Amino acid sequence: MSSAVATPPPPPGAPLTKKALTADHPTWCPGCGDFAVLASFYRVLEKLQYPHEKIVTFAGIGCSSRFPYFVNTHGGHFIHGRALPFAAGISLGNDDLHLFVFGGDGDGFSIGGNHLVHTARKNIKMTYVIMDNSVYGLTKKQTSPTSPLGFKTKTDPTGAIDQPINPMRTLINSGATFVARSHATQVNHMVEMMLRAAKHDGFSVVEILSECVEFFEGAFDAAVPRKGGAWSLIEEKKHDGTPEDEKRHDTSDEIAAFKLAMQPWPGVFGVFYENKTRKTKNALEADLVVKAKERTKNASDLALLQATFARMR
Amino acid sequence: MVSPNTPETPGGASSPSGAARSIHDVVIRLAGNSQDGIQSVGGFLARLAGRSDQDIMTYMTIPSTISGGPSIFQVRMGTGDILSAGDRADMLVAFYQHSYDAHIGSLRPGGVLLYDSDHVKPAPDDNRFTNVAVPITTATVEAVGGTSKDKGKNIFVLGLIARVFDLDVAKLAALIKERFGGKNEDVVRNAMLAFDAGYAWPQNNLRDLFFRFEAIDRATQSTGRPQITMDGNTAIAFGLITAGVRHGAGYPITPWSSIMETLRTELPKYGGIFVQCEDEIAAVSTALGFSYTGQLAITGSAGPGLSLKMEALGWAVMAEMPLIVVNVQRGGPSTGMPTNVEQSDLMQAIYGSHGDTPRVVLAPKNVEDCYYIAIEAARIAREYSTPVFILTDMGLSSRIEAFDEPDLSKLMVEAKPDRSPRGTDFKPYPLDRITRHAPPGARIESGKYPTVTGLEHDELGHPTGSPKLHMQMTAKRRDKIKALAASLPAPEHAGDEAGDVLLVTWGSSWGPGREALGRIRNAGVKAGHLHLRHIHPLPNGLEATFARFKKIVVAELNDEGLYGFGQLAMMLRARYANPNIVSVTKTDGLTFKVSELVAGVAHHAQHPALEASTGTAAKSVLAQG
Repeated sequence: MSSAVATPPPPPGAPLTKKALTADHPTWCPGCGDFAVLASFYRVLEKLQYPHEKIVTFAGIGCSSRFPYFVNTHGGHFIHGRALPFAAGISLGNDDLHLFVFGGDGDGFSIGGNHLVHTARKNIKMTYVIMDNSVYGLTKKQTSPTSPLGFKTKTDPTGAIDQPINPMRTLINSGATFVARSHATQVNHMVEMMLRAAKHDGFSVVEILSECVEFFEGAFDAAVPRKGGAWSLIEEKKHDGTPEDEKRHDTSDEIAAFKLAMQPWPGVFGVFYENKTRKTKNALEADLVVKAKERTKNASDLALLQATFARMR
Repeated sequence: MVSPNTPETPGGASSPSGAARSIHDVVIRLAGNSQDGIQSVGGFLARLAGRSDQDIMTYMTIPSTISGGPSIFQVRMGTGDILSAGDRADMLVAFYQHSYDAHIGSLRPGGVLLYDSDHVKPAPDDNRFTNVAVPITTATVEAVGGTSKDKGKNIFVLGLIARVFDLDVAKLAALIKERFGGKNEDVVRNAMLAFDAGYAWPQNNLRDLFFRFEAIDRATQSTGRPQITMDGNTAIAFGLITAGVRHGAGYPITPWSSIMETLRTELPKYGGIFVQCEDEIAAVSTALGFSYTGQLAITGSAGPGLSLKMEALGWAVMAEMPLIVVNVQRGGPSTGMPTNVEQSDLMQAIYGSHGDTPRVVLAPKNVEDCYYIAIEAARIAREYSTPVFILTDMGLSSRIEAFDEPDLSKLMVEAKPDRSPRGTDFKPYPLDRITRHAPPGARIESGKYPTVTGLEHDELGHPTGSPKLHMQMTAKRRDKIKALAASLPAPEHAGDEAGDVLLVTWGSSWGPGREALGRIRNAGVKAGHLHLRHIHPLPNGLEATFARFKKIVVAELNDEGLYGFGQLAMMLRARYANPNIVSVTKTDGLTFKVSELVAGVAHHAQHPALEASTGTAAKSVLAQG
């Protein structure tokens, strides 16, 4: 039960700090990768300094989808798999917001898989952070769409037999205009990826490998140097004309992005793909309104409807 | 556009041999194939009636096949109030043999069979009707000429009908020009050629049929406003626009699609947006997202689509998010009979989600009410921060009616989202009052930003497992709907206040119910008719009304179920524990005929004479001699 506010809120215009952005204490298990994602997100918001009331944090269902309760912004917690279409309504309903959606691999790639494809192809303006732990954690260890072959769960006691999804390939193929990959053990990298995603004008996605210490310990060690893994960053083209730049990755090159996505586990991290030219649905819908208003010579709502009814006489 | 045959004066210009016989109303059924444009004949007649003093109601069936196949349009026009589309036809226009075969049984004794003698051979020994043979196909081809083949048959028939019923030719010509005016000039010319050829068809070849509608008693026309003509789905769309709804999302499904098509076209003109989503679930989710931004949104579908939306609607109740949900009911379950009418989604609308989900269900009674109920739905959704269902049906969706043009200057609602700062005491889910969400963009002066959620929550929207809070919040969600019930007006009650039978209807059965009441009372039965627009919550005080009648006969278009009662009857019995509540149900995919309601009431009222009288069709008003 909530009580009265003990401390006065910061005055309007005061810098947005982690303190102001902190809400409920996270309910995640100790050691969960999601803590680092949350800490990184606070840093992202501190850097961006958006007006507090214009930030929206939304989620579906899953461990990671508890996120909005831990961030003190406008936000909410929708039903399993459908956070993206809900967020589409927020984005298209008010273009003047900074919208962040959080979810897991089950929410995004399984029950919400179709929504991911269509939100991406429509290029609806928002940032989607997928905290991928490759297991269903909230329901205590069932196979997820990114569980690797052979992974033993309560629903695959002899090991997973279904081919897992390749998130990067799926996202690029769906038409997402910003696709990046990061790892919950790399805070600075997460911050950079989320920052760039937030600044992207369109549907931007960051997949973060975030370990579930309870049900899939060590899942992403292959990319953690201190556990003997390899942390390989994507080197992006600097367009400096040097010979070494030839080999660097052009993030606007979709085919090159697919090739990166096809690399064997644990693959590479960074920005796979960015399309800065495709218009957002937000802009295209706004164009429709402008054109309709031109045709009707900015008639008032009342005059418009009266004219329509007059034609029905 | 000059037509070769324009009559000098409107209406019966070529001085027919006999005087016109006065009639109150007539039912014309046009039967052909779906590509023949018979719907547009109905549309012209409807709009003509709207521009005249006649009232109109139409009835339409379309085949669920995509193109081709049998199709009918039934129009009833007459003077003053027309309550139903008519049980049987006074005139059947049969374009093909199959049209004749399938529909001759719907013609009243003494009615007019007007058939295309190029295609139809009526039974030679059937002399129940006035048979009028017109070579519709060849006459149209001759009139229009060129390459248009028999295109225009429908307009030729419109000319014939205009002649027989002495319709206002000048107004019809204007309507034809308006309708085809956007196309190239040949189209208008051909249409007028076909129309004039039909109109000029020699009257002696029409067996001297000549009728005129009774003059209207102008004193009964209260508003003096012009009439407008539209179907029920259009009325819902424009009702929502009137109510300030500017946002929506949907997925195509018959017979809902035309609402989303209208809104997709219209809303951008009003600065709004309608999104076609990837599926039904995305549509309800996107609509809820719109509502969350402070702009009441609409989603809708037909039966199967509503099933898909139910989880999100459970969220909407829990999160107390306003939303308008239209269900254009069709025959179910599953794909069922997608182009037929049924009222079998009532329980789904009320109880279809999981958990305890008190929410509002309204049902329009006719096309005009589709418009006004949309406005009311928006008001309730905003005032009580709740999802509101509009349960319309296939019958209303495509039926065209003429009604008084709404007084827009009084009705228009300007609905701008309230993104003003919220005071330090702001809570999204206060226990002591109805939720008023703060949309994103609104500064929260306490610095504590709200979450909207499907988890049980405290007053600030944070999750709780407290049994006490779950009980309190469940009561909060229930009590606001009870508060709405207390504010509802008494339902429309016609006829006797007490007596033998109370006929109860909902949705599109209003008109046939009202018409049935007259026939029931004429037979000496003390009867009333109660029509429910507010289905859930029910208005208060119905138990007292029910107690004054020996039988309460609830008529609805769904199955009697395992226990012998339709869905509304079941609910009313549960609510009022009144054993006199009985059911009349049917599932033939058509709206109630007046005679079916009369028979149902007579059966329950144990009035065999009245019940028997419904078995024989009355003579047509067009009968000769």
